[in-house]
Amino acid sequence: MAVMTYREALNMALREEMRRDGRVFVIGEEVGLYEGAYKVTQGLLKEFGPRRVVDTPICESGFTGVGIGAAMVGLRPVVEMMTFNFAIIALDQIVNTAAKLHYMSGGQFNVPIVIRGPGGPAAQLAAQHSQSMETYFYHVPGLKVVRPTTPMDAKGLLKSSIRDDNPVIFIESETLYPVKGEVPEDPDFVIPLGKAVVRREGKDVTVIAYMGMMYRAMEVAEDLAKEGLSVELVDPRTLRPMDTETIIGSVRKTHRLVVVEAGAGFAGMGSEIASFVTEQAFDDLDAPVERVTGANAPMPYARNLEKLKTPSKDKIAAAVRRVCGANGG
Amino acid sequence: MYAGMLRVRLFEERVRELFAGGRIPGFLHTSVGQEAVAVGVAAALRPDDYVLSTHRGHGHLVAKGGSLRGLMAELYGKANGICHGKGGTMHIADASVGYLGANGVLAAGCVLAPGVGLSIKHRKSGQVVVTFFGDGAANRGPFHEGVNMAALWKLPVVFVCENNRWASTTAHALSAAGGSIAARAAGYGIPGEATDGNDVLAVWEAVTRAAERARRGDGPSLVEAHTVRWVGHFEGDPQAYRPRTEAAEGRQRDPIARLEAALREQHRLDDAHAARIRDGVIAEIDDAVAHAEGSPLPQPHDALTDLFAHYPWRD
Repeated sequence: MAVMTYREALNMALREEMRRDGRVFVIGEEVGLYEGAYKVTQGLLKEFGPRRVVDTPICESGFTGVGIGAAMVGLRPVVEMMTFNFAIIALDQIVNTAAKLHYMSGGQFNVPIVIRGPGGPAAQLAAQHSQSMETYFYHVPGLKVVRPTTPMDAKGLLKSSIRDDNPVIFIESETLYPVKGEVPEDPDFVIPLGKAVVRREGKDVTVIAYMGMMYRAMEVAEDLAKEGLSVELVDPRTLRPMDTETIIGSVRKTHRLVVVEAGAGFAGMGSEIASFVTEQAFDDLDAPVERVTGANAPMPYARNLEKLKTPSKDKIAAAVRRVCGANGG
Repeated sequence: MYAGMLRVRLFEERVRELFAGGRIPGFLHTSVGQEAVAVGVAAALRPDDYVLSTHRGHGHLVAKGGSLRGLMAELYGKANGICHGKGGTMHIADASVGYLGANGVLAAGCVLAPGVGLSIKHRKSGQVVVTFFGDGAANRGPFHEGVNMAALWKLPVVFVCENNRWASTTAHALSAAGGSIAARAAGYGIPGEATDGNDVLAVWEAVTRAAERARRGDGPSLVEAHTVRWVGHFEGDPQAYRPRTEAAEGRQRDPIARLEAALREQHRLDDAHAARIRDGVIAEIDDAVAHAEGSPLPQPHDALTDLFAHYPWRD
């Protein structure tokens, strides 16, 4: 184990996989000479050269298509979105080609591509640069969607994503890049896609969160412990395929559920989780599922309004108390 | 090339009849009248070269050597179609002949092609990739993005524009500023050549030049083949938007009749030889239709297979 930042963990994953497999290459805007808008690709051009670290023009639809074309005939591209906000410019390529090609061709073509970059709420970057993008992708059959919360997950999940033979949407976070944590240095260390993790054991209520919301929920859990409430924290890590077993297992234990998500709630991750928990574990629930979501507005620029847009610790704590109080707890 | 064009023509005409008779479903875009482009391009390529196609792609696949049985069964939506009945007319792919797929999204191939080119370069395989697109698709962003990157990185790509004068149902003059698609190549510093798309030899020559240049490592080219769509944008299209004389004019420039006349003049084709070729093609199509008619539909559980490679995830 070494202590490193989330950014360094991603860089290590890319470097190890590029060393391991000559077909892996990185492509995107300013990933080479500039070493990435957030320096995730630092040093890669120097080690692997311009054939495997490809700087592109500013054309997300174009270079995503290039990645897909290369993946169809033998390479394993890692496409960097400078920010995931721009991935919607490439949405047609991702949804209509990457996600469907294996299916449409009756299994003739694989598209082993990773499309990665930062997304979700950032610090005063405002409406077009600070938004939760995963909803655009996890609805689409044929895509896998990953949101790694810790440096260890960032490394282990990125490596699994690169080794996967299917298109993987891998959304990081600007605010988490400097976060430090323990990361295994073993080049064989991977975390399988589709496996959730219980980050904190508890017995009174399950709280599901990921990325920045998980860190916030963690603080709430510590605070509520002082009030005698025992919160179990579950991080899905991969949103699709979703590890429903771990989530259902936790709900069967605690009988109460709160889902926290940064994005606007309508048809969001909380809706989906509440839905399958109700379908599969209705009789285990002692209270209605609560969702704590972002407000139904684009991200405002002003600091005070920005705070109001995303779920606060107070809102999360209030929801937890409500579900626990609903049954006299 | 004569037999090749006849194969495309008779296949497409049979498909039209089957559609009219309710045997083939969906939106069907046929390439009747445009055979010289498909066959001229395929003749200029090696068997291991790649082709990316369009929504009007049957001819490209037939010309590239795809199995008529597999293609017809796919159009019928049968289990033994090339894509197991999951692709259909606008999404057919046949990896076995380097046909990387029709595409229902115009100009999508223009950005996939440079990626295929990167892989070719990486593997040093000496292959070339051709991407077909229509004059309408040349107005979409991916066309410009793809040509730009292929030119920047000198990738082995040939961009072939089939200009049939109609962007679906909107006239070329109403959709493409500047008129010429070939002239757009100059902006990217690559060769752009307009050619008679109803002359299979002219197409063959232009694409041969472009493919040789690509194989030498000198980068992409753009070939604009002017042709005429004899039929509607889709089967059943009443075509009120275009003069009836246009298809008639196209018939006068029939690429098959033109080549046939030239071959007869050179005494390389006589009635008996022509009849043998035609009978052979018809027999092959009859066989493909019988095969498709007699094939089973996919099993219900097939709806959820092939979603992911290797991983049978729960969803």
